Amino acid sequence: MDVAEQIASGLAGTGEVDGSQFLTFLLAGEEYGVDILRVQEIKGWNAVTPIPNTPDYIRGVINLRGTIVPIIDLRRRFGLEPVEYGPMTVVIVLKVMREDKSRVMGIVVDAVSDVYNVQDESLKPAPDFGSVVNVDFVEGLATVNETMVIILDIDHLLNSGELAVMDHAVGHE
Amino acid sequence: MSIDMEQFKATFIEESLEGLDIMESVLLEMQPGAADAEEVDNIFRAAHSIKGGSATFGFSDISNFTHVVETLLDQIRAGEREVTQEAIDLFLKSVDCIRDMLAGAQEGFEINLDQVAEVKAGLDRMLGSVAQAAAEAGPEAQDDATAASGWQIVFKPFPDMLRSGNDVVRLFRELDEMGEMKVEVDLEGLPALVDMEPEEACLSWTLALHGEIGREQIDEVFEWVDGDCELSIVPLGGDGVVAAEIPASETPAPEAAADGPAQAASPAPLQAAPEAGERRSSGDRRQGERRKNRASSENSSIRVGIDKVDALINLVGELVITQSMLGQLGEDFSMDKVERLKDGLAELERNTRELQENVMSIRMLPISFAFNRFPRMVHDLCGKLGKKIELKMSGEQTELDKTVMEKIGDPLVHLVRNAVDHGIETPEARLQAGKPETGTVHLNAYHQGGNILIEISDDGAGLNRERILAKAIERGLTSGGDNLSDAEVFDFLFQPGFSTAEVVSDVSGRGVGMDVVKRNITALGGAIDVESRPGNGSTFTIRLPLTLAILDGQLVRVGEQTFIIPLVSIIESLQVEPVRVNAIAGSAELYKLRDDYLPIIRLYDAFGLKPDSTNLEDGLLVVVEGHGQQAGLLVDDLLAQQQVVIKSLETNFKKVGGISGATILGDGTVALIVDIGGIIELSQNGGHKRANSAAA
Repeated sequence: MDVAEQIASGLAGTGEVDGSQFLTFLLAGEEYGVDILRVQEIKGWNAVTPIPNTPDYIRGVINLRGTIVPIIDLRRRFGLEPVEYGPMTVVIVLKVMREDKSRVMGIVVDAVSDVYNVQDESLKPAPDFGSVVNVDFVEGLATVNETMVIILDIDHLLNSGELAVMDHAVGHE
Repeated sequence: MSIDMEQFKATFIEESLEGLDIMESVLLEMQPGAADAEEVDNIFRAAHSIKGGSATFGFSDISNFTHVVETLLDQIRAGEREVTQEAIDLFLKSVDCIRDMLAGAQEGFEINLDQVAEVKAGLDRMLGSVAQAAAEAGPEAQDDATAASGWQIVFKPFPDMLRSGNDVVRLFRELDEMGEMKVEVDLEGLPALVDMEPEEACLSWTLALHGEIGREQIDEVFEWVDGDCELSIVPLGGDGVVAAEIPASETPAPEAAADGPAQAASPAPLQAAPEAGERRSSGDRRQGERRKNRASSENSSIRVGIDKVDALINLVGELVITQSMLGQLGEDFSMDKVERLKDGLAELERNTRELQENVMSIRMLPISFAFNRFPRMVHDLCGKLGKKIELKMSGEQTELDKTVMEKIGDPLVHLVRNAVDHGIETPEARLQAGKPETGTVHLNAYHQGGNILIEISDDGAGLNRERILAKAIERGLTSGGDNLSDAEVFDFLFQPGFSTAEVVSDVSGRGVGMDVVKRNITALGGAIDVESRPGNGSTFTIRLPLTLAILDGQLVRVGEQTFIIPLVSIIESLQVEPVRVNAIAGSAELYKLRDDYLPIIRLYDAFGLKPDSTNLEDGLLVVVEGHGQQAGLLVDDLLAQQQVVIKSLETNFKKVGGISGATILGDGTVALIVDIGGIIELSQNGGHKRANSAAA
């Protein structure tokens, strides 16, 4: 991964590509972006095996070529109204870093959108909403073609917060 | 040289640790005063290669230290020194020191050199004393080696010597620096130009080296080509004539001087060459036998026998053939070829199963890896405790999964230490009890069914039932006690905090961290039993699954989901008879099975699922046992039994209560494996309520 990043950033420095590339997807009308180098694959929605006693946003696990991969519903994770999964519903399989280890997880989103180049300096920090909205998972806001793209910090979103929430759910007595 | 030395360094350290293991095991078998030449040679070789390697990699501390050890060993080998118990102990300490230094070199940290210095001082003292003794006895042996005014060296490289990176020019340059040198080339082996291989050595040389040069200096120059060439080094007389023949890898033999120049060059290489060959082959064999199992490096590499790899390659070849056969069949398939298709599929199944077994066997290592640390441990403990104990081991070749082996190491150490410390009595107590002075600790391993059994038995005093029971009552673990079986009483030992500190007084009463031992073994899916007879010792039996990767499972259905229950934990499955169901306080349900009452765990409840029916009599009760408790799991249906490959949920997720892992079924979907101990615990703690609150 590191090597890939170096190569990519090397390319970004020399070639036409400037800044970082983000894969964007739609979720309840908003466009969100994740670092494209973290994306392993994009696949359609298939049935999952639910895991007992976990929060409902953890849909379950799937078999990804012999590996057990947990699937997170991002709508439910963000507390949005759940929708029926349709033909546009996709699972984005991401590599998530935690300390030195990498894990593979999938997120269910409404639809994939596009790939954008975003220059680092045009990435604006998210404004602080105080306790109204938790912006911990937001790495920054980018403007592409006059629309706002919310760049997600997936390591934060799918790790510490995730596990902390789950530990809380399983651990409280 | 611009080669990356790091990769060789790792290999060097690994091999050196193996060498140390060999040294240690030989030293432990060695009897003072009766050193077998073969044994001493083994230790010497190990020390020698550690010295050479560490010098190459710039670990001067290690090479200097090992040099002293080697010198001492050389004297023993030459028969100049008796093997004393003191020397053996000192060598064992040296082994520890070298191991510490190697660990330091590996991890790149500074180690405490005080102990090293201490041991080295001991070695130097011992060396000093023998030097004195030798001086008194008459110094002819050493004199032979150094006093010659020059040497004749016949150096004949084997054809592939150059390939190992040795450079003849460098050797000669080093020799030249020592004194006046005359070189004659023997062109006899030179082939015609067309046949010449540029990488092969085909020349040989006769060198005459004049000057006051020690034999060791020359040996050092040729150290790296040892085994890759024919070499004879012979002292020159004062007039430049060969005075005596000295075989390359043996210490100077006085009688050789009398043989005169006639046989000067020929017998020596003959002697040297086979010995070098034998040395290597015996080294290889030992490497195979004693691979080091280091607990600290759980993700380390394993060495696999070439036969196992070959078998795998064969099987993959067959698999490819079967696959292409099936592929062809599919090109233009018609119903009359169904028989051939069935045959092909049967073949494929057989190949796959064999492949699976073979891949599994790669992870299997003989249990001697876990056992081989014990001789030393028992030896040390005996010295410390003043006991006399013989350690017997059997079944060391029993194979066990590497992961299981790594995790069973510490519990075994614990049990053996307990057996030595608390089990075996002092020699006086043993004699009083009419037993032989020397106690026996026996380690045994064998296969039984799909399990491996490891027994640790001692012929000590045995467990004291009364004391354990008294302690258990004192701690409130049991109320009374006459009707408890021995097994039930001994089971208290595994209770957390059932410390021996208060239990042990005059007789043994084990329990130091026994709960940890039990927990580790249970975590591996195993069990531990205790048997003990007062006065006759006790036996701890560990039962472990052969591998953690595959499990015989019973597929069960709950609602729309399939779960897997490990077959080993299932006692029986039965249909519920409503009359046998009782409820305590309206909620906790019990099922009367023969004379026992089993708690009923409704799996759909524990896992928060929607079942076919909530009526007990519509479902099936699977009676399971885990963590020593029985329970009845209510499921909707029993499906097939099959072997499943265990996949970890924790790799990409986290541990889930009541679930031990996942597997992939034939249709590609994921099924979860029920953790029996976990689910019983979960239901006892009101897991379903928690589940409901989490889902809400």
